[in-house]
Amino acid sequence: MASYNTSEFRAGLKIILDGDPYTIVENEFVKPGKGQAFNRTRVRNLKTGRVIEKTFKSGDSVEAADVVDTDMQYLYTDGEMWHFMVPDTFEQYAADAAAVGDNAKWLKEQDMCVVTLWNGVPLDIAPPNHVTLKVVETDPGLRGDTSSGGSKPAKLETGAVVKVPLFINEGEVIKVDTRTGEYISRVKE
Amino acid sequence: MTENLWQPSASIEVLKLRAALLQQVRDFFAARAVLEVETPLASRAAITEPNLDSAEVRLPGIATPFYLHTSPEFFMKRLLAAGSGDIWQACKVFRGAEHGRLHNPEFTMIEWYRLGFDHHALMDEVAALLRTLLPELEEGDERLSYAEAFRRYAGLDPFEAETAELAALVQGFGLDPAGLDRDALLDAIASHKVYPQLGHGRVAFVHAFPASQAALARLDDDDPRCARRFEAFVAGMELANGFHELLDAQEQRRRFMLENERRRERGLPVMPVDEHLLAALEAGMPDCAGVALGFDRVVMLAAGRDALHEVISFDFDRI
Repeated sequence: MASYNTSEFRAGLKIILDGDPYTIVENEFVKPGKGQAFNRTRVRNLKTGRVIEKTFKSGDSVEAADVVDTDMQYLYTDGEMWHFMVPDTFEQYAADAAAVGDNAKWLKEQDMCVVTLWNGVPLDIAPPNHVTLKVVETDPGLRGDTSSGGSKPAKLETGAVVKVPLFINEGEVIKVDTRTGEYISRVKE
Repeated sequence: MTENLWQPSASIEVLKLRAALLQQVRDFFAARAVLEVETPLASRAAITEPNLDSAEVRLPGIATPFYLHTSPEFFMKRLLAAGSGDIWQACKVFRGAEHGRLHNPEFTMIEWYRLGFDHHALMDEVAALLRTLLPELEEGDERLSYAEAFRRYAGLDPFEAETAELAALVQGFGLDPAGLDRDALLDAIASHKVYPQLGHGRVAFVHAFPASQAALARLDDDDPRCARRFEAFVAGMELANGFHELLDAQEQRRRFMLENERRRERGLPVMPVDEHLLAALEAGMPDCAGVALGFDRVVMLAAGRDALHEVISFDFDRI
């Protein structure tokens, strides 16, 4: 079983705590001149996203988590699982709803995503920062209004609902930032 | 890391400030007629303190190991016993595996000894030096006993609290208390709750440490649970550690043995006790107080930086 000594701690290192995989967000070595040394950390649970404070006695070892981020192409969903493929090897992985979570609404077939594997099983997925999606439902556009600054909801082909400018019409394609859920621009096809 | 690691970790501008500050230290001691000395970095003996790891070095052709000092204390005390009078030095010290934003395994220490001073007189002088180097510090200083500091910032009495109470508190930091003795639990609480609160605006001192955390200091006459040890803090950071020095050779030997016993219990290497120091104490060291100041951290504060590597020419990642 691989493990890390506290002296190897750094942001991004993946460890196991109480059976769950965590990533180290912050690590600070603290030691009174004549006292016991500690590594004071903030760690994020990779299953729940929750960040907690955790302190280790310096010199202790912690179990390493076999967690790797891999670029994969999103293939399709069968309604229960979301299927991804590593383009180079054609290896396929199926992610469940817990791993995909809210990001399901950004997944468009053939887009490249980052899939976080824990012991070979998808733990989390990250869609591209920017996705290009078709508007499938929105109120009729106001012709010529490209500057008034107003907005309206629009439903996209993947199910996501985002706020778009009033001039956007059904059937148009827009670019969206998946990190904020915000409209960026109209895309001419 | 994509940056060029051949380059210094500190800017040339900071190194100029560092040189100016060191000159101010020299002037400070020259004005007080304190003699500047140099002592060896390597010794056949080492400190026994379980929380300090001395680096072991080998000289080609010599079978026995040498140890790089963690502080020049033992050699300086031998000078004091030999009649040097007041002395100071700036030197490099080495502490194994202490690496982080505020730690570098090799760092620069300013250490000095004043004859006839007790710990409070020396605190006055430490505060004066710090105000010289960091002029934005307010006049005066704050002095809290270790117990007062814990009562104020951690809500418990470090001498009276049950060990279970200390353990419950550190669990709140996400720290497993198993395997931590009482002093280590107190260190955890100090690092998380107490020390970060100290020295904002003016120098703060904590004194009257538990006797178990001060192997080289004399005990307090009024309360033998406490030792005449102090630490200085600025901006929540420990800058200096000082003692009203223990003069009793037999007591010193007993404490070294006790520390080596603790090392054995923890599976740490037992260190060769400094017989020269004990002989010097036996011969008679004058009544004095001494203190060690982490110079790099002072430079960091003066330069307005927040990590030690920014004020060290080449930090641990570049050597």
